[in-house]
Parts: sequence; structure tokens; C-alpha cells
Amino acid sequence: MLKVEDMHVYYGAIHAIKGVSFAVNEGEIVALIGANGAGKSTILKTVSGLMHPRSGSISFCGQDITHTDAYKLIRTGLAQVPEGRRIFLQMTVQENLDMGAYVNKEVSQKDLDMVFDYFPRLKERRKQIAGTLSGGEQQMLAMSRALMSHPKLMMLDEPSMGLAPILVDQIFDIIKELHKAGTTILLVEQNARKALQIADRAYVLETGKITLSGTGEELASSDDVKKAYLGG
Amino acid sequence: MQIIQYLINGISIGAVYAIIALGYTMVYGIAKMLNFAHGDVIMVGAYISFCVTNYLGAPAWVALIAAMAVCTVLGIVIEGLAYKPLRGTPSLAVLITAIGVSYFLQNAAQLIWSSSPKSFTSIVTMKPISLLDGQLVITGEVLVTVAVSALVMVGLTLFTGKTRTGKAMRAVSEDRDAAQLMGINVNRTISTTFAIGSALAAVAGVLLCSTVPTLQPTTGSMPGIRAFTAAVLGGIGSIPGAMLGGILIGIIETFAKAYISTQLSDAVVFSVLIIILLVKPAGLLGKQVQEKV
Repeated sequence: MLKVEDMHVYYGAIHAIKGVSFAVNEGEIVALIGANGAGKSTILKTVSGLMHPRSGSISFCGQDITHTDAYKLIRTGLAQVPEGRRIFLQMTVQENLDMGAYVNKEVSQKDLDMVFDYFPRLKERRKQIAGTLSGGEQQMLAMSRALMSHPKLMMLDEPSMGLAPILVDQIFDIIKELHKAGTTILLVEQNARKALQIADRAYVLETGKITLSGTGEELASSDDVKKAYLGG
Repeated sequence: MQIIQYLINGISIGAVYAIIALGYTMVYGIAKMLNFAHGDVIMVGAYISFCVTNYLGAPAWVALIAAMAVCTVLGIVIEGLAYKPLRGTPSLAVLITAIGVSYFLQNAAQLIWSSSPKSFTSIVTMKPISLLDGQLVITGEVLVTVAVSALVMVGLTLFTGKTRTGKAMRAVSEDRDAAQLMGINVNRTISTTFAIGSALAAVAGVLLCSTVPTLQPTTGSMPGIRAFTAAVLGGIGSIPGAMLGGILIGIIETFAKAYISTQLSDAVVFSVLIIILLVKPAGLLGKQVQEKV
């Protein structure tokens, strides 16, 4: 479904991503784990078109999207829940969802019911300004907003960041539900333990390179991963 | 009674500043740049209206629509040629370019229409209303200006609050990257904003010259700067803020001219701005939203 080949990304003179190749197949949950600054978010931003690689290629559902601009990609079924949620803080919950449905032209009640089914709390807060939501609710809104476009592949960047453990569990449960409902997931996480628990396959990223890959279970039991990311 | 007359005149000129300030504020909010050429677009609008009525003999409403059409195109062209290539560069580069565009427009106008002032015929034909045995005079210009400016504010508020494009503008204004991830074409949105702002500038130009009938290439310059002050005073990025700021600046300017000194009126206006910014840096109605983690 998504195929990244030998991708190199630069921030000015800084070589941030040094030849990364990976794939996400339809129906999978794939995790990208690694320490802070390894380049996880850069990879997602490049896939979603907010940045462009200097070399290498990215294809999605057989289409070359290496140089496609971000605003066109969502129409192909690729949605991203960005790091730090990036919801529109001065708009209401409802308006944030409207923006999520921007490509559909109109916001259908069916779609709203679907996201409120996943996140009932948002329904009560429809009229509220998004900036007044709690961190967990903001993450829920960011995910709902991405869901409004019915993505085939949903990329989540650090969904657990800054959340209390109980909320992290909730968010991961919902990711599993979304996956069951047919959405393919690419998950970027610092919380390697949680990510490997739900991932079919995972890649370990270190300073711009993929150093390990395997099934979630394999990596969770690998000594290297245990030592570096799972606390021994 | 004199004081009420000054107040009415102040509100009237303030309503023009408000329309200009709305353009400033929208462009600033969405493109995150100060378009210092905005004042000169006003001047172009006034010249177009002048030419259409004087050389073609068309009625006022045709002149107004022609001015809006030309300015809309002008706004889109300026944005596309001068500002768009600078997207992502330091904001100082864009600011200097905007000042350059401003001089370019003034000099182009001088080439086309010469620097000698033209006498603009008001587009308002309504007779002045005399109140209290002629102690208070409300001109047709005052009524039209205030009404148009109120309409524009209500229209823009509805547009940004209710329509898909308007909401997309607010999304771009808040977070450009996130807006792109929603499928919003940021370049097109910025272009639309310039189009709307410039069409408003044309309206402001025609109303300004209907009130103050001297038209020359520098006509838009000072009102543009005062309107910018108004936008900052009210809270840049805020639509009601631009409106409130515009009216306040108009009133302060008129009173300063009447009771302090005509030469010092701008100094008074800018002093008020400085004081308000010291007390309330975000402007009177500016929002400062705190981000939660």
C-alpha cells in the first residue's frame, strides 16, 4: 500500500533521513519506533507531503507521490494525525471536524455519528472551543478529524505523547478498533512497549537509518530493542 | 453640539479606516504578512472609479464594481508575483517587498494619472440631513460609509464563520501545515484572501475619496497607515477588532484635529496606539490562546 524506497531528507544542510526504505501493506499496523530525534516525525512529514525528499521514492496505492503536495494526498486516502495533535485551537470541536471533512465538501451526519461512536466525549463538547479541551480530548479530536476523510491509511505521530497512562490505553484501544474496522495504520511512537504490542510489524529507527525490522513480537523480545527502548 | 458633529465625522472617517483595516487584518491573519501596499490598492481603486465616471460617464455603481474588479485582480497579481515566491523566507524579506510594491504602485499611478490632484466626485447623491435647525449635519456620505462598513463586517463575520472557504481561511490562519493535511490548498486560500482584501480596498478608496475628494497617487498612503494602526489597536487578526480600532482611530483623529492641532493629529493617533499596546499588547480585542499539552 505504502512503499518508501531509499528516501533521503535534508533540513538545509542537515542530512536527517539517510536512505530509509520501508513498506506498509494493506490491513497492517506498522510501527516506527526510535528515540527522540531519530527522524520518525520527519519520515511521516515527508510521506504526507509537508516536506519533500531530496532523493528516493514514495508510492501510495501504486501511485508515485514523492513530490505530491500535502493537500492533494488526503484525497488519495492518506491521512495524518500530526505530532502534538495540531488541532485548530480557536475553532470549535464541530468546526475541527468540518475541516477534517473538507475534502468531502459536506459534513455528513453519518460520519459525525461514526466519530462520536468512537469518542462519545466529543459529542458533548461539540460546541466547545478546541483549545479548552484536555490533552486526551485533543488527541481524540485530532484522530476524529483525520477519520472524517475516510482514510485508507492513517498515520499517527506520537498519539500517546503527554497523556496519562489510562488515556494512552484508551487511545491504543481505539487504534486497534479502527484497524479492525479496516483502516491500515502507520504508527510512530516513542512508547515502544505499547507500539510493539499492537503492531504486526515494526521498524527501529536510529539517527536517520532503519537498524532493525521484524514482527512486533520479534522486536519486543529482541535483546537490542529491550535494552535500548524497553528499559532492559 | 459641535462635539457631536465631530463625533459623527470621526465615526464616518473611522468607518473607512475600518474597511481598510479589515483588509489588513485578514491578510495578516491568513498570510501572516503586513501588506504595506494595501493602502495603495485603495488609491488604484479610487482612480479606476474616477476614470469610469469621468471618462466613460458611467453611473456610480458601475464605477464601484469596476474598481472592485480591477483591485481584486490587482491583489491576486501582486500576491502571485511579489509575495508567493517569498513563502517560507524570513518575514523581513516579505515586508521590504511589500514596501517596494507600495512605491511601485504610487509611481505607476503617477505615470498613468500624473501627480496633479484630481477632484473626485462623490458617488453619493443623497442630500445631507439637517438636524436641530442645522446645528447638526449628517451627510449622505456619512450614512453610506457607516452602513457599508457595518455590512462588510457582518458579511465577513458570516463568511469566515459559516462557509467552507471561510472556515478553511481560519484553519490556514491558525496552522498552515495542519490545514494542508485537511486537503486545504494554502496557496489558493491566500490568493482568495488577497482578492477579498483588495476588493474591500476598492470600496474603501471610493468611500474615502467621496468624503475627502482630493485624489492623487499618495492618497492611499496615510489612510493605509492609520488603518494599519487601527488593526493593531483593535487586535490584528480580529474582524470586530479592526472595526472597533478603525472607528476609534477615526474619532481620535477628528478630535485631535479639532481640539489639539491639525498637524499633530497623527502624533496623537500613534501615541494612543503606543499606550494601548503597552497596556494590552494583543490589542483591544486580540485573543491570546494558550496551548494545552
